[in-house]
Amino acid sequence: MSDLRTHAAEIAEQFSDHLDVDEDEVAERLENLVEEYRVPVDEARRSVVNSYLEEAGLERDEIGRGGNDEVLLADIDQDEQWIDVTAKVVELWEPRSDSIAQVGLLGDESGRTKFVAFETSDLPKLEAGAVYRLGNVVTDEYQGNFSVKLNKTTSIEELDEDIEVGDDSVTVEGALVDIQSGSGLIKRCPEEGCTRVLQNGRCSEHGDVEGEFDLRIKGVLDDGEEVYEVIFGRDVTEELTGVTLEEAQQMAKDALDTTVVVEEMREDLLGTYYRVSGPELGRYVLADDVERLTEPADPEAVLIKARSI
Amino acid sequence: MSANEIPSREVARRVFADEFNDAAFTFKESDDDRAPVYLLLPTGAKANRVFFVGTLTEKDDVGEDNEYWRGRIVDPTGTFFVYAGQYQPEAASTLRDLEPPAYVAVVGKPRTYETDDGNVNVSVRPESIQVVDAATRDRWVVETAERTLDRIDAFDDEGNEYARMAREEYDLPIDRYTESAVSALESLEEGDGDELGFDGGKASGSGDSAADADLQPEP
Repeated sequence: MSDLRTHAAEIAEQFSDHLDVDEDEVAERLENLVEEYRVPVDEARRSVVNSYLEEAGLERDEIGRGGNDEVLLADIDQDEQWIDVTAKVVELWEPRSDSIAQVGLLGDESGRTKFVAFETSDLPKLEAGAVYRLGNVVTDEYQGNFSVKLNKTTSIEELDEDIEVGDDSVTVEGALVDIQSGSGLIKRCPEEGCTRVLQNGRCSEHGDVEGEFDLRIKGVLDDGEEVYEVIFGRDVTEELTGVTLEEAQQMAKDALDTTVVVEEMREDLLGTYYRVSGPELGRYVLADDVERLTEPADPEAVLIKARSI
Repeated sequence: MSANEIPSREVARRVFADEFNDAAFTFKESDDDRAPVYLLLPTGAKANRVFFVGTLTEKDDVGEDNEYWRGRIVDPTGTFFVYAGQYQPEAASTLRDLEPPAYVAVVGKPRTYETDDGNVNVSVRPESIQVVDAATRDRWVVETAERTLDRIDAFDDEGNEYARMAREEYDLPIDRYTESAVSALESLEEGDGDELGFDGGKASGSGDSAADADLQPEP
């Protein structure tokens, strides 16, 4: 019941600029369809919206797609849904194609999602750091990752507020089966804002530089079905290995070789199971939190499954 | 695969020794020289890489001119053979230094070779061998049982091309792998997974250097 009431309120709100629609009346029509005629709620809603559209002489696009739900970014789980979002522009990226006006990351308290605006939509430009209410954007899916596309009908309203952007961290589990090159005691480019990892003392952008030491691990977690590439930054690496950056530098100094650090890490970490949580960046999971899985495994659940086969 | 495409890393399959040793058929999925070679598992999956945890019970240098280490690594269903020589320096030096028995975790590639009498033997060329604790071994047994049962469960699914291939190549009753998975799980319940005689609770401790000392087999 209360569900229908919510739908009714939304529909009434949608048409408030165009028609004198009474919420009770909408609710009554919905109830009639859903309870008397056993029509699914979505279909009932569609049908009621259509009849009001006709009454007002409007096209669907002109009122926004039948009253979008305001959706949190992390809750987007379907392709081609028309939704409204309130989000902060976390990052703007360089568009790789002339057809793209803007591309970047939106964030809300639930997480982050890529957005794209196309030149043909001719929308006002979003500014990094600003918070907007975006009406009528459409979701898109590519290889399991969701994004939102702005379009001609998207309404953009800048809000005078800030949003604490949440991290949409993923959690993956598996055995650490590899530690890749570029792990252990590394040097980074000291140029302002660069931080690239040096290869043989060279930064791919700034050439020969006096690098700054850092610790990190690029690892591969594998659960037998999927492979996850994970990056442990300095803090997580220190916590996991019990070796601090200073100690690692001392180890390297004593051995006259920085690779002793990663060798020790391999011995310490490879072949055991971990649960890693953190945001995804490209193909990597950036580990905020790593837990070594040491609790005794429980064969009981799998035995039950085996006996059911 | 095109030159500018980054090949994705092959997953490390979980398979018990008995099923692994029953496998013999290898294949490629492209004509490229560098295309990955897969071992066809009898329960219907392709394996270019495996991950297993077991007890290293013996190691021998079987090389003639150069060091060539063979290790026997035992799980609840059978024995994995690993061979590491000069091209696997880290794994070879681990085998050289280790005193069996010890729990080890191995990541490696399946290798097959045909013997003079026409049998095909399967072994593992290790990418890494690390000493681990009893809790990790037990976790692997449970995980491997689950993955094996998943494959058996999907064996009769329509469109399971590796199951179809396994039927053609092996003609083995796959019930036996259900049974061995069950007995592997039951062995954990009975024996508490502690046949090396060290304290699983202690060994699964904080991961600091004191706990690492516990990972070494006792004399």
